[in-house]
Amino acid sequence: MSTIISLSVLGVLILVEGLLGKKTWHLPTILVGLLVALALTLSGWNLNTHYYNEMLIVDNASVAFSAILIFTTFLIFMFAGHYYKSVQRPLDDIYAILIFALVGSVMMTSFGNLIILFLGIETLSIALYVLAGSHKEAITSNEATLKYFLMGSFLSGFLLFGIALIYGVSGSLNLDEISRYTVREAAHLSPMFRAGLFLLIIGLAFKIAIVPFHFWAPDVYEGTPTLLTAFMATVVKIASIVALFRLFNHGFSAIRETWETTLWILAVLTILVGNLTGIYQPNLKRMLAYSSISHSGYMMLAVLAFSARTADALLLYAAAYSVATVTAFGILILVRGAKGNDFFTSFEGLAKKNPVEAICLTIALLSLTGIPPLAGFMAKYYLFTTALEKGYLWLVILAVLGSAISVGYYFKPIVSMYLRNGDGIKLEAGFAYKTHIIFLTVLTVVLGLLPSVLINLL
Amino acid sequence: MITGILIVLPLLFSLLLFSLRDEKLIKQVALTGAVAEFLVSVYGLFLYSTQCHCQLLLNIGWIETLHVSLNFRVDGISFPLVLLTTFLTPLIILSSMDHPYRKPSAFYGLILLMEMAFIGVFSAYDGLVFYIFWELALIPAYFICAVWGGNDRIRITFKFLIYTFTGSLFMLVALIYLYFRTPAPHSFEIIALYAAHLSPAEQNWIFLSFFLAFAIKIPIFPFHTWQPDTYTESPAGGTMLLAGIMLKMGTYGLIRFLLPICPLALKEWGWLAMILAVTGIIYASIIALRQNDMKRLVAYSSIAHMGLIAAGIFALTSKGLEGAVIQMVSHGINITGLFIVISLIEKRTGTREISKISGLATKAPWLALFFMIILLGNIGLPLTNGFVGEFLLLFGIFEYNHWIAAVAGLTIILGAVYMLWMYQRTMLGQPLEGNDTAGDITLKEAIPFIPIVIMILWIGIFPGFFLKLAEPAVQTILNLMH
Repeated sequence: MSTIISLSVLGVLILVEGLLGKKTWHLPTILVGLLVALALTLSGWNLNTHYYNEMLIVDNASVAFSAILIFTTFLIFMFAGHYYKSVQRPLDDIYAILIFALVGSVMMTSFGNLIILFLGIETLSIALYVLAGSHKEAITSNEATLKYFLMGSFLSGFLLFGIALIYGVSGSLNLDEISRYTVREAAHLSPMFRAGLFLLIIGLAFKIAIVPFHFWAPDVYEGTPTLLTAFMATVVKIASIVALFRLFNHGFSAIRETWETTLWILAVLTILVGNLTGIYQPNLKRMLAYSSISHSGYMMLAVLAFSARTADALLLYAAAYSVATVTAFGILILVRGAKGNDFFTSFEGLAKKNPVEAICLTIALLSLTGIPPLAGFMAKYYLFTTALEKGYLWLVILAVLGSAISVGYYFKPIVSMYLRNGDGIKLEAGFAYKTHIIFLTVLTVVLGLLPSVLINLL
Repeated sequence: MITGILIVLPLLFSLLLFSLRDEKLIKQVALTGAVAEFLVSVYGLFLYSTQCHCQLLLNIGWIETLHVSLNFRVDGISFPLVLLTTFLTPLIILSSMDHPYRKPSAFYGLILLMEMAFIGVFSAYDGLVFYIFWELALIPAYFICAVWGGNDRIRITFKFLIYTFTGSLFMLVALIYLYFRTPAPHSFEIIALYAAHLSPAEQNWIFLSFFLAFAIKIPIFPFHTWQPDTYTESPAGGTMLLAGIMLKMGTYGLIRFLLPICPLALKEWGWLAMILAVTGIIYASIIALRQNDMKRLVAYSSIAHMGLIAAGIFALTSKGLEGAVIQMVSHGINITGLFIVISLIEKRTGTREISKISGLATKAPWLALFFMIILLGNIGLPLTNGFVGEFLLLFGIFEYNHWIAAVAGLTIILGAVYMLWMYQRTMLGQPLEGNDTAGDITLKEAIPFIPIVIMILWIGIFPGFFLKLAEPAVQTILNLMH
């Protein structure tokens, strides 16, 4: 609760600063504000309470995931100064909307009521529609926002309709109530409830960009300003997966057999299509879009294989994925700044003049591939272990196959940077920017070497 | 404790190397690191053979929730390979020093990083730790071959990467699957993996996954297609690391994991693995006969020799396994020696094509002498190291099946043919134009040969020491199978 309030206050504060014309205050305020929000979130550890008739639930899982989301946003904001360096117009609106989007995503990790879930998703989505189009002059940005808005609002209808059906059958929006209803009625479940369930799956699958509801993602990611794409690929993705995780394993765990097969197929499709299509992408940004699709497929394993340890596994995966992806986006911003585009040809010969950036991007991509001993490997390994424990052998084998395919695209920028000759320009990264990238890389390595930091938490 | 030092030392030197700039200093530091590592491993051997084995154990808790620990332990199978690694790495560094590799800090740093990974693979006593080091070895190997390789390196090293990465991922699934079959509390410790309860059907699947990973690495026919290309395109030092040490990870894995974990599957499918291995021997030998590029020829010879080692392992006899351990060491030494010779010839004549080289012996008698000794070791002449290993291997295969042994024995004849033919065409006869300016090897270039020749003769004449090292461990593995 304190998280949501503090973040909302932070957003308003930025707007006030904008009114006062204190442009230079924005970033310091945000960074400090996010740290305060992080501290407030962590103070809810072991509290296990709920607010407003169980509408918001603060348990350790929601605290941990909210903390990851806030921390990731913090990491992304560290790039903002550089990214918006040359922009003259006031940025208070973008920053504030980004913070409001974060509020939405935090709600999605701690809902105890379907209405809060919907509110969270909408707060997030509406903020994102605006953010996707925030580069007003660029036609791609306009395309992104239009596509995202049209499809997103349409799919929000599915979500709402699903919630309505479930409410109609079970008589409650409260997750615990619904759970009790499913236990009671598991033997003769109303078809309406099933229909509501599948509409919910479709709505959430769209937000997560699960195949076959993923078609918007690459275009929107490509058109959205890169810094905000990083936010979409990490914070938004994780919040939506966590929402799915909470919804199905707290609300509908008694009727697993009704949704298990569907999610199984969606997970396999997401992993295979995401990875296979990733190979054919011409630039890093689209590649990262497909990478994020396939990683949401892996994270679906955690939703399916619910056990005492899956929340841990998801937490580690979310952290490993976010850190590596944010690093990749950090380098992407630099390359786009220097070259004007991010085709793989732009990465040619990059390692010669920019060894640090090249190594950081390499480690991030290796982590995403799942090469030990980096964080990505540990996360994947732990996730596969929890899935195998539940007997999802074929799912794990297909996921592993997906990982093997993913080498095909994750190594493309690496090959370009190290093995091809290019014009060898120097990337313009300030000291702070460089330090931040190095910090992220160290985080990737440390998380891989000491995964116990996260996996014993929940 | 010693094992810990063996793993950390190359890592520290590698990190140090990455931070250095001065080329001369880099080479000195790299060599110092590798030699220091060798000395530590020799001291470890001294402790191992005189005192208890406790010095060579290391067990640090790591991920308690999963009972994964950094558990290292060397026994009679892994110790020869650890020694092989620490013995060859300084020689590889020494022989690479004359090449003006760009970015030497990264080159030598990656070599030492690879050394660390190799030691980790050979000494890990925990399935997950084994896997981590196994994969860790791949990344520096990829970069060494890809950054400093020949013209077609991008495509070929990528093939190498995809092949080996895919194979090992299935091993990961098999390992996790095994984990849940180990007695409670589940653990990745090798003892626990050995004790896993598996039905025959499960064993078949585990067998298949492990076999795929190891067969690609060794490589066993028909999974070998990445190998000749990768060897040809890699820089000399990279080829030596791959051929001398990395391939042994595969055969080591067969002995360490495949045999004790799925004995039933081996009884059912072992014959197929045996046939594949023997087919590879003949196939690679015949192709080697037709090669004009010396590096490619040796690459195919390596497939044949490694095929024989694999066949000896699948024979499941103590002779075959002991032979495999000895031959892994011998083959590592010999093939590294051969690649050093080839790189020296290439340096002198500017080519590796056999048809463009002739009569080098008149101008470079010492090179020809070392070449001859290493070559004889490679084709398994009595009193050289190759003989001991191949004899034991064939003996083991003979106990398994006479006919297969007869076919596998062809490798010795064919090996002698293509090797001696290569020698005859390059070293003997009249020097060709362009070859006549080639001088003999300098003292500095000769240094790597001296330890290699000593080892070839030592193992060849007094194999007892190494056999005694391997014997109890081999017996343990065989006992586990019953």
